[in-house]
Amino acid sequence: MSTKVNRRIFLKQLGVAAAMTAVPLNLVEVAWGKEKGENFTFAYISDPHITHISGNKFVKNFDKGLEKAIAEVNFMWPQPDFVVFGGDLAQLGKKEELDHGMEMMSKLTVPVKYVIGEHDYYLDLGQYWEEKISKLYYSFDHKGVHFVVLNSILTDDDWTHKRWPTAMERMLQMARLDNPNGSPFMVKEKQRQWLKQDLAKVDKNTPVVVMSHSPLYKVYKGWNFWTEDAEEVQALLKPFKKVTVLHGHVHQIMYNQIGNISFHAMMSTGWPWPYPVSYSQAANMVPKMTVFMNRADPFHERDATGWSAINLENGRVVNNLELWQNTPRSVRFDEKAKHPVDSQYQDPANQIPPQVHY
Amino acid sequence: MGKLLLRGVLALAMVLVMVPAAMADEFTKEDLAKWERDFMAVVEEGDRLFHSALGSNAVSCDMCHPNATNTHPETYPKVQKQLGKVASLRDMVNWCIKNPLEGEGMELAADDPKMIALEAYMHYERRGVPLAPGKH
Repeated sequence: MSTKVNRRIFLKQLGVAAAMTAVPLNLVEVAWGKEKGENFTFAYISDPHITHISGNKFVKNFDKGLEKAIAEVNFMWPQPDFVVFGGDLAQLGKKEELDHGMEMMSKLTVPVKYVIGEHDYYLDLGQYWEEKISKLYYSFDHKGVHFVVLNSILTDDDWTHKRWPTAMERMLQMARLDNPNGSPFMVKEKQRQWLKQDLAKVDKNTPVVVMSHSPLYKVYKGWNFWTEDAEEVQALLKPFKKVTVLHGHVHQIMYNQIGNISFHAMMSTGWPWPYPVSYSQAANMVPKMTVFMNRADPFHERDATGWSAINLENGRVVNNLELWQNTPRSVRFDEKAKHPVDSQYQDPANQIPPQVHY
Repeated sequence: MGKLLLRGVLALAMVLVMVPAAMADEFTKEDLAKWERDFMAVVEEGDRLFHSALGSNAVSCDMCHPNATNTHPETYPKVQKQLGKVASLRDMVNWCIKNPLEGEGMELAADDPKMIALEAYMHYERRGVPLAPGKH
């Protein structure tokens, strides 16, 4: 790479940094596990849905979202130890989309841990992803924390293999959120067995962070904010003292606590989704503790989108949501309440009312 | 005789009063069923359009508005910030086609059957929500 290009990229990133309202410079040195852990941060980018139009044309808005998140993460100081990519890099799993997305991701200055989403999977059932990007499920240890990546978007063999005339038809069916012909996601038996064996080696006091694309609990079946065998996965995580599940897919701020497990949803860089409560024709199970994100300006293409900077405090996740065109939010585990709370907005008196009509 | 005449007049008057009622355009069950079918066919066409690329960039309405959520047809006409005036749902549909769907010049006319179908779908998905024109 020539000096000229370096300079150009630097100046471009400097421009982005100048435009940012909140560079997360305050993530340093939060102690956890003082006796054996080390402080560290990681960033989380999710759901850019890079969409191929034709030839070398892609949907501009989605490209810009991912580029902006990458530039901002590169400007974190100190640099995060790694970035987690939460899935749905592509819209229809096409090679053009995955290649184009990976070209953008290659600009990140730190290593990336990849989670696969249904939009990346259902065209070729993860083949290209596995060849070029990452394993579909795996685990790793980092500074005293055990990380597990799951492929949570599997479904019945019958739906996957027998129902659709072509691979693209299957992809299009799964890509539509409000599709009555959709099928609930699953981790499935084979992977649960693997998880059981993987966790057998881990001390019960070790903090465990699980990363999946779909929420590992049940929110709303109509839009597949749902993992059918969630309870079976939760049972495997139950013996551990500190467990956090980070997931993408829902394109909104959402968090929950089930037993010992804290759940955090991550922002999309592409577009925000409404909360399921806004659909009046069906019941939903959006967690009661979640304070909905305010939408500052729904007509701005970056409204209610963003990325997350995460640190671990006493083995618990502190989720710093960097919302573009909106006030950043911080969701952390409250030791007294025993569940995650939004540090600023949990008190109803402090809440910015969510903009429900527009 | 007089009594008989009076009765006859009364009977005639009653017939005359009754006749227009009997001749009124009554909706039969068959009519209602047909209109329901016709309406639902347009809703289904709207559903199809709502889930297809109406602009130039393969993006569809449902990607931001699953089940037409956050379209709020029951709040129109209202001040639409990006249009700078009191606007109809149709104006907003065309704004979306032009901007997120990158369909400059592909906007739909008010009487375009596609526009009517999109409106029918959005209203149908929001059925039961109180009408609140002008509200945000």
